[in-house]
Amino acid sequence: MNGIPMEHGLILAAILFAIGLAGLMFRRNMVFVLMSLEIMLNSAGLAFIVAGTAWEQPEGQAMFLLVITLAAAEASVGLALLIQLYQRFRTLDTDAVSGMRG
Amino acid sequence: MELAFYLSGLVAVLATLGVVTGTNAVHALLYLIVSLIAVAIVFFALGAPFAGALEIIVYAGAIMVLFVFVVMILNLGQGAAEQERIWLKAQTWVGPSILAAVLLGVLVITLWRGNTGLVIEGETLTAKAVGATLFGPWIIVVELAAMLLLAALVTASHVGRLPSATSGEHSGGDQ
Amino acid sequence: MGVSMSYLPLTFLLPLLGTFILALSRGHMSERGSVWVGVSSVGLAALVTAFITIQFMSGDQSAQTLTLWTWISVGNFTPTIGLALDGLSITMLGIITGVGFLIHLFAAWYMRGEEGITRFFAYMNLFVFSMVLLVLGDNLMLLFLGWEGVGICSYLLIGYYYRDSANGAAAFKAFLITRIGDVFLAIGLFLIFAELGTLNIAAILEQAPAHWATGDSLVRWAALMFLGGALGKSAQLPLHTWLADAMAGPTPVSALIHAATMVTAGVYLIARMHGIFDLAPDVLHLVGVIGAATLLMAGFAALAQTDIKRILAYSTMSQIGYMFLALGVGAYDSAIFHLMTHAFFKALLFLSAGAVIVSCHHEQDMRKLGGLWRRLPLAYMGFIVGGAALSALPLVTAGFYSKDDILWQSLAADQKGLLLAGLVGALLTSLYTVRLIIGTFHGEMKSDHARNAEPGRGLQHGLPLILLAVLSTFIGAMIHPPLSGVLPASPGESTEAGHTALELIAAGTAIAGIALAAWLFLRKREALARLVSGGPGASLWTLWNQAWGFDLLFDRLLVRPFRILVFILRRDIIDALFGLVASITKGLNAGLTRTQTGRVRTYATSMVLGATVVLIFLAFGQ
Repeated sequence: MNGIPMEHGLILAAILFAIGLAGLMFRRNMVFVLMSLEIMLNSAGLAFIVAGTAWEQPEGQAMFLLVITLAAAEASVGLALLIQLYQRFRTLDTDAVSGMRG
Repeated sequence: MELAFYLSGLVAVLATLGVVTGTNAVHALLYLIVSLIAVAIVFFALGAPFAGALEIIVYAGAIMVLFVFVVMILNLGQGAAEQERIWLKAQTWVGPSILAAVLLGVLVITLWRGNTGLVIEGETLTAKAVGATLFGPWIIVVELAAMLLLAALVTASHVGRLPSATSGEHSGGDQ
Repeated sequence: MGVSMSYLPLTFLLPLLGTFILALSRGHMSERGSVWVGVSSVGLAALVTAFITIQFMSGDQSAQTLTLWTWISVGNFTPTIGLALDGLSITMLGIITGVGFLIHLFAAWYMRGEEGITRFFAYMNLFVFSMVLLVLGDNLMLLFLGWEGVGICSYLLIGYYYRDSANGAAAFKAFLITRIGDVFLAIGLFLIFAELGTLNIAAILEQAPAHWATGDSLVRWAALMFLGGALGKSAQLPLHTWLADAMAGPTPVSALIHAATMVTAGVYLIARMHGIFDLAPDVLHLVGVIGAATLLMAGFAALAQTDIKRILAYSTMSQIGYMFLALGVGAYDSAIFHLMTHAFFKALLFLSAGAVIVSCHHEQDMRKLGGLWRRLPLAYMGFIVGGAALSALPLVTAGFYSKDDILWQSLAADQKGLLLAGLVGALLTSLYTVRLIIGTFHGEMKSDHARNAEPGRGLQHGLPLILLAVLSTFIGAMIHPPLSGVLPASPGESTEAGHTALELIAAGTAIAGIALAAWLFLRKREALARLVSGGPGASLWTLWNQAWGFDLLFDRLLVRPFRILVFILRRDIIDALFGLVASITKGLNAGLTRTQTGRVRTYATSMVLGATVVLIFLAFGQ
């Protein structure tokens, strides 16, 4: 074999993204919802890396750094919300907070 | 190199499936860490060692530790896994999974048809090149990322307060 | 422009600042803080007014103006935010801020522990702001702004205890009826502007005699429109029915708005626009006739009331009737003089009534009070001094000098009918005043509220009563409003022969009224009770109690037909068409509401569905 076709890398990213998306849609536990979000963000980062290495440009990795930053921010806020949810409702069920129908 | 890519790719997919179908939060987190490390190996294989190192340090290290801490704080107990099993009935996951599969199919077909012919040789792009990009033309983006982190810090410390500290806010008001 | 002029805007900016602070505190302010802000803003305004007055009186007392900025500029219509200071406005300013401050101080005692005290003081400060603008404005547009401002504050404060829907109805009634007058005033403004091309008061008074001949039909219409506005605001016939119901508000509000200041705005307006009225003598005469009719009507109505605040309300109408009478005979300065003394003694009476009402746990029906003079000495003193001034007890009271002046001017203007009405009114005034005092303070205590009355304490309660009592005596009459350069001289000179004779007659009437009332209500109580319990006496009592049935008349004449009309219009076929549009929207809304489940998963799924469809179109579209 002589190198990896870019499509293979991108398809791997797409598969991970789809799995994360499915998880986001069918999990009710907020911990799992947040983990699915992390998976999706990570797959987006993977796509950046794949494209960056395919064109041999460092921008892909720079962009990945931003994705990680975003993931860190998202995780901290999401986990804070999760703690609030648990403190107020004694559950991690996201459907429990549908009272406002927002 | 190719072998490492396909093998760790397979591990990543399987581990990720383990995450979304798991019932125990700690187990799922461990799966997620495995998945992240597998993706990090993919990065190494693709010739992006800097990103791979970051993936392990920041993602699998810092963020996942945060998750583990939170799960430990909540101390969900025995009933949680049972509850998950009840929630994970076939009619709940089949629909979303089909939808995600359709989306995946569309993406794959699109990728297949738009054949670029680009092949990743595995040439190493060093941290030096990334740093030169980040602190050269991308400096404003780095600043924005810093601001984003600050905002997240403030938000998390505000939202994450215990209810007793916020109870004073809901009193008052004329009539 | 003197130094004092530059401080003039403070007189209305300080109350406005108070309003803002109180309104923006959103109820987070403590009661103490609200009282401090509310009272001190008006107190500071009163201090500024005192300073300006001293400067003004030591100067040449000429009119000064201060233009702050141009308000609107459309073609040649450029009303300014301009202030005019002359003898008339400084008199009004003194009454508004001075008496206003005392009433605010008293309100701090009266309203303690009430719900929403911040709101109360915010409205009161807003009222002072509007009223000061009304009297300081150098053009009719600014005057109109203040005019509407005091109207809305009156509405808000009458309906202050909004939990009782009757209070809301009273506020609504006051607002609607004064609105009729306001529309007249607005038409008058349009007319003046169309004819003279300016709304500046000084310019109007200067140009009017050159533009119109005396008795010109247009100037008569203009004067009539102004009169209409004044009738609504000052509760004169036939737009008077709101004032008695306006007593639903807290008593300090009745004292400030519905006795001392706002209701006299009509008198101020006519005095201010005297140049227009001088050109329309028959309208001016109509002013006097309306005043005389009102003072008689309200005097009789006051005789048959049992609620102490309603008695005072009808007496206010009656006293404003005197002012209109004075205006009608061209004695503008007598009207303003009576306005001032009336502000003192009527504020005193209302505040004393407030003291009684609070002490007796909000009991204000005279039939359930009585015998309070030993328990509430300060309120009793207030009623005695204020009542004496109201019934114009000779020599020692302020009311005597001002009322006597009005009667004398009507004689000097050779208006015998008006003079007679004034004298009969004076007799009625004495009668109902004595009835009020005897009913409230003498005899046996008729309810537990009266038996358990607790006298008010503290500076906030005592100081306003004592100061106003001092001002209601002859000391208040020594304040002579500096009106000589502003208003035309009155027809009669006080040195002329016949003045002393009239003074004696007026004094005799007042004393006779008091004596008659004391005899009737102390000695002949049973006979009176028999008189009103059956036969023609009873129906006369009912008629007076209902204030000659104006409410009923308006109800039959205006309200009922309007309601019938509304009832017919509501079943309109075209309306159903618009109703269809509304119901379609409502149906769609109901459908969309169902998708709003509040579940994050559902939202995520629908987002993904949308994204997938879009992607499919993008991928396989071509």
